[in-house]
Amino acid sequence: MATRPSLTARLSLHQRAGGLVVPLLTTLLAFVVAGIVVLVTTGKNPLPIFRGIFDGTGLLWLVHWAVDIRTIAGTHDLYATEADAVAVAAINLQQTLILTTTLILTGLAVAFAFRCGLFNIGGQGQYLVGVIAAVVIGTNFAGMPRLVHVPLALACAGLAGAAWAGIAGFMRATVGSHEVITTIMLNWIAFWAGSYLFSIGGPLQSETQKSVPISDDVVESAKLHVLWGGVQGLHVGFLIAIAALVVFWAILNRTTLGFGIRAVGLNPEAARYAGISVTRSYFLAMAIAGSFAGLAGGVDLLGWQFRFGQIDIQGSDVGFVGIAVALLGRNRALGIFLSALLFAALLTGTSARNLDAEVFDPELAGNLTLIIQGLIVLFVGADLLILSAWRARRRLPRPWRRREAA
Amino acid sequence: MSAQAEVALANGRITFRPARVAGVVSIALGVLAFWVALPPRTTRSELVPVVLGLLGIAAGLFSWRKGETRLGWTAAMIALLGMLGGVLAAQAAVENLKVVITWSAVLAATLRFATPLIFASIGGLFSERSGVVNIGLEGMMLMGAFFAVLGGDKTDSWVLGLLIGMASGAALALVHAFFSIQLRSDQIVSGTAINFLALGITGYLYIDTYGQEGTGDLPEVPNVNLDWLSRIPPEGLGSFLEKSIGHLNLMVWLAFLTVVLAWVVMFRTTIGLRIRSVGEHPRAADTVGISVYATRYAAVTLSGALAALGGVYLSLGFVHSFTENMTAGRGFIALAALIFGKWRPFGALGAAMLFGFASAIAPRLQNVESWATYGTLFQALPYLLTLIAVAGVIGRSIPPAAIGRPYIKQ
Repeated sequence: MATRPSLTARLSLHQRAGGLVVPLLTTLLAFVVAGIVVLVTTGKNPLPIFRGIFDGTGLLWLVHWAVDIRTIAGTHDLYATEADAVAVAAINLQQTLILTTTLILTGLAVAFAFRCGLFNIGGQGQYLVGVIAAVVIGTNFAGMPRLVHVPLALACAGLAGAAWAGIAGFMRATVGSHEVITTIMLNWIAFWAGSYLFSIGGPLQSETQKSVPISDDVVESAKLHVLWGGVQGLHVGFLIAIAALVVFWAILNRTTLGFGIRAVGLNPEAARYAGISVTRSYFLAMAIAGSFAGLAGGVDLLGWQFRFGQIDIQGSDVGFVGIAVALLGRNRALGIFLSALLFAALLTGTSARNLDAEVFDPELAGNLTLIIQGLIVLFVGADLLILSAWRARRRLPRPWRRREAA
Repeated sequence: MSAQAEVALANGRITFRPARVAGVVSIALGVLAFWVALPPRTTRSELVPVVLGLLGIAAGLFSWRKGETRLGWTAAMIALLGMLGGVLAAQAAVENLKVVITWSAVLAATLRFATPLIFASIGGLFSERSGVVNIGLEGMMLMGAFFAVLGGDKTDSWVLGLLIGMASGAALALVHAFFSIQLRSDQIVSGTAINFLALGITGYLYIDTYGQEGTGDLPEVPNVNLDWLSRIPPEGLGSFLEKSIGHLNLMVWLAFLTVVLAWVVMFRTTIGLRIRSVGEHPRAADTVGISVYATRYAAVTLSGALAALGGVYLSLGFVHSFTENMTAGRGFIALAALIFGKWRPFGALGAAMLFGFASAIAPRLQNVESWATYGTLFQALPYLLTLIAVAGVIGRSIPPAAIGRPYIKQ
């Protein structure tokens, strides 16, 4: 009787078989389908629309040293001077990278648990409790030195996320409740608890704006240092996310704990037989995963949002996008960086602020992004489909060659 | 049903089992402990709910000790909650309680909020009992909500709108089925993708079709007016019935019918036996000639159609319009109801009613100024209860054995 290979086992199959090719094919396929959707529904050529979205990401800024970016983007009538175009691209790129920061961390939260064979759908809830912890620390302790205040707030955000995910990890380890169910429940508990905390008359609601369900602003000493740009420019959180990628890699590949987590992920029975504590691995994997998502919440709040309200809770979905990031990134550090950049660029490029409404209605584009996300997750999950398509492509030329030989 | 009870039934006698009776009495005492402190009775002494609650807990524990493990525990917990609720309510101001609790209105609202949950959780029941996890219920509901509006608008008929909505949910479920059964994707991953897709597809088509104008005039699913209920004696009861269930939407009644049908199909027909066997032990089912793939395909597709009905009710039956992401997590509460109800039709119904009650009370709490913030917190209750349920405090929820595992035919 064939036993079902674990999820991670099948993902490692991907790596051997596909490497970079499968994610790239997946993404390409998703964009092609999205292009067809645009063509069928609006009758517009999708290529200029994708180019318009790309222009909005600010990624062209990276080549502004070499060429006049108005030439590539075709925006000579939009910007009088090259300097104007570069300045706008710089702001757009800052936004893309700020979102990349968040998505790297929420992607890590999903990926770390994945490597232990756990599916952490709770990134959103862990992110929210991280935000809440950062609000509590960030709006108090005015006058504390920044070098103490910022690390304290970020540490509390990470710990809050770890505790929230730890509940699911603990329940999985002790009574065996499935982490998918518990993390979904924890997401919604965080959602409503957060809505309560920021509601009018709620414990964390603003002292100054009594009629708005929103928190106070964080104090100056708790705001993250801005690396590039103005008030909501690229903050130091970007470096923290990069560091988190390294930490993620190091824990998994260079520590005994990480070895145990990977072993449990590949085969819990074998790991147990080898003397690795499966329950401990489950709990710690979830807690560490949660700390990444909690940190994402802290970095977002202290880096550019500075206050949080009911509307922000309802509009936030970075925890869910993190699932797509981790899946497309194959749960590897480098892959997560690249897929976080892709999704951040896509989301920034289709935002109402960055997408030229003449090119495409941003509201439609925002939903198109959701469709692309959905397709990518769908295709990534279908190893058989993508792999067989890839094999079929490689198999095709062979009969031709044989026929030529004959 | 236990062997003993079946013998009793066969003999045409009803045997008296103290443990079971004690369990039922315990639940009744727990409910009573809460009820006495609420309108119209509003007993102001905390002593009454405490005494009733303690008696209830004692009865529950007695039932537990005498062998009714699950019933006893559940009853004792209900009695404890009833006692706590009663004590809290006894301390609250009477006029505030009267604002929040108008029983006929609360019952009507509970039924309205429970209906979409009932449809979706019965949908989830079919999928999960066949061994396919369905966290895409939310997306399937959303499809139903939008396409019912689109279909109803274009055809100017609520019946066709309802059918088109169901078909759209079934179509999305078919995608889930294809990926998770045929391609053996991870079912959670596929379900996540389904939710993203539904959000994108409905949002895109909504903006593309209706733009900023909104959906305008739509055909509505009619209400069922039962005015004769008010003539039922005694007078208080008649008007209570008429106010609470006299003017409900047709789909509310349809939801209850669905539960009964689901129970009959699942536990009294061969089809149901096949679905369950495929979900518990697909290899064994395959060996006796049941097609695992066909059964799972059918179950998942049906699940999408039923979940979509929940969405149809939201858009055509309840708010009479569509807004982006209008299901707002109801698919996940339905999933919670299914788990809380232990993957059983009437269990899911009970859970959906309980969660519907929480949703019905929450906005009413906001009518009292000093309680307004708690209304929001109250919405977390269904999820918290489910979390406790899966932890195994109140009788463990055990999923179908083969759930989440793709089947590879040999």
